[in-house]
Amino acid sequence: MIASSQSNPQSRIVLQAKNLWKSYDHGAIAVLKGVDFEAVEGQAVALCGPSGCGKSTLLHLFGGLDEPDSGRVFVNGIEVNRHRNLLRLLRHEVGFVFQLHNLIPDLTLAENCLIPTVAAGVDRRVAKARLMELTERTGLSHRLDQRIQKLSGGERQRTALCRALMNRPKILLADEPTGSLDEKNSAMVFDLLLDLVATENVTLLMATHDRNLAERCHHLVEMHDGRIHELASAR
Amino acid sequence: MIFLKLILTNLRRHRIRSLISVAGIAFSVAAMLTVVTILQGAIGMFSSILSSDSEIIVFERNVSDLFFSNVPAAAVEQISSWPMVAHADPVLFGIVSSAGHPIITCFGVTSADARIRKATWIAGDRLTFGSQSDGVVLGERAAQFLAVQVGDHVPIGHAVFHIIGILKTANGFEDGGVFMPLASAQSFFHKEGSSSVITIKLKNKDDAASFKSMVKANYGNLIALEDAEFNRSYSQFRILKATAWAVGACGLLLGGLGVANTMIMSVFTRIREIAILRVNGFSNPQIGTMIFGESAVVSLVGALAGLLIGTAILFALKLIPALDGYVDPTIHPAVLLIVILLALFTGAAGAFYPAIYAMRVRAVEALRFE
Repeated sequence: MIASSQSNPQSRIVLQAKNLWKSYDHGAIAVLKGVDFEAVEGQAVALCGPSGCGKSTLLHLFGGLDEPDSGRVFVNGIEVNRHRNLLRLLRHEVGFVFQLHNLIPDLTLAENCLIPTVAAGVDRRVAKARLMELTERTGLSHRLDQRIQKLSGGERQRTALCRALMNRPKILLADEPTGSLDEKNSAMVFDLLLDLVATENVTLLMATHDRNLAERCHHLVEMHDGRIHELASAR
Repeated sequence: MIFLKLILTNLRRHRIRSLISVAGIAFSVAAMLTVVTILQGAIGMFSSILSSDSEIIVFERNVSDLFFSNVPAAAVEQISSWPMVAHADPVLFGIVSSAGHPIITCFGVTSADARIRKATWIAGDRLTFGSQSDGVVLGERAAQFLAVQVGDHVPIGHAVFHIIGILKTANGFEDGGVFMPLASAQSFFHKEGSSSVITIKLKNKDDAASFKSMVKANYGNLIALEDAEFNRSYSQFRILKATAWAVGACGLLLGGLGVANTMIMSVFTRIREIAILRVNGFSNPQIGTMIFGESAVVSLVGALAGLLIGTAILFALKLIPALDGYVDPTIHPAVLLIVILLALFTGAAGAFYPAIYAMRVRAVEALRFE
């Protein structure tokens, strides 16, 4: 339906959804009703809308965590297929940040961040160097050996952000990444998010209720009742 | 390293549950090791009685127990005269009882028998054996528990015997047994003119096959087996071995159920964590390896603890005076290997369903419960 590449026709489309339909409970709850969507490389796109409008479901479909009832999903031009290329998608193409940090409490900050590199079999030295780079930038380098329980909410979410970017994915899918943080931490994490997106040339698709944050993205997409109603260039 | 930590983390998180699983495997392994080793030791002792200075045993074909075997004296005489035979010793086995001691093994042997010739005589004179019909020789332990010495008379079964000697042997059955002259034993057990087995020593071991053929040709109701063959095929030994392994297997099955329970709980209580690993690119084999890794740690620690407990039990049993000589605490490497492998297999089997369940966890469903 709407392409965020309208502003620059030369931009490469990295996320694409074609006529996506998704329902739960054997069709009783229709969540996505024919969604068409595109996002171009290096841009930050905010998905706004009320709870249950299908924001998270759209993110899950782009991340290969769920399958559409019908329609097609493309990431970097390759159709997402849970049975064929899911592992490659999760290990190298996309990174996830959730509302709750979803870190493993018994592991340290560094160990949590290294999980995606263990899954992908990344060389240990390369992984360590990337860890140092990301934790330096997020101001966590002095907390590497701390267990998750000892970190503040903002630090936990920054750790989750580092973890999501460890394998240098080209796409970051963020589901209410600041939803559980206070205003100050929320602003700090979001600034960091935008900074990393810009410097790492990552495409961000972020579901959020926070209109102030959404308006700081390149594009703001409004979703209502399983459909995309409006796309605006936010800045 | 992180992968290993993921395995150990969950075991540490639920220490009591993990310890109970380890204890389940440990006690199962200890039970299996103890029962198998004791029975194998007993079998080894019994077979060493038969193979004392001999290579072949001749006994009645198709008997379930050597106590019921009847080998005629004529066969002993004839076989002794065969050119390849160095010596043929008839032995009559019997069980007798004495006051307070319901089971004493009795060996009816000739004075030429290796058990008499080669034993260490603590008291008495070897040359007097067989000179008196009521003269018997006791094993050292038998003399101890019957509280008798050379020259004493002791009621055994329905008769009274005169102790003419006491000998020491490493074999528990022999050390706790009574040695009677063959003729006296035949009379005592109402088996005149027969023995239970003939133990054969050949001049040349290579003649074993031709000896067995000759027995088969001359005595249709007798069978000759080399010691190793006898150990493999004797039905009593097979029943004992099967029983030992069956008891051990039941123990391990219970241990396996404990592991299964622990692993199921382990998976159910961290579905969300498994979902996080999935979102971060963990594959099904990686998730499965993590679950099987947990069970392998439980099984391995349990097996090692079980080996220690089992060995301690065996040595403790050996220290009990009444069992001295009957328990051989030597653990055969093959038994050790089988027990460890069985423990690992049990752990793996216990983790199978939980691993499948974990591999089927759908991240999107697990993460929806935020």
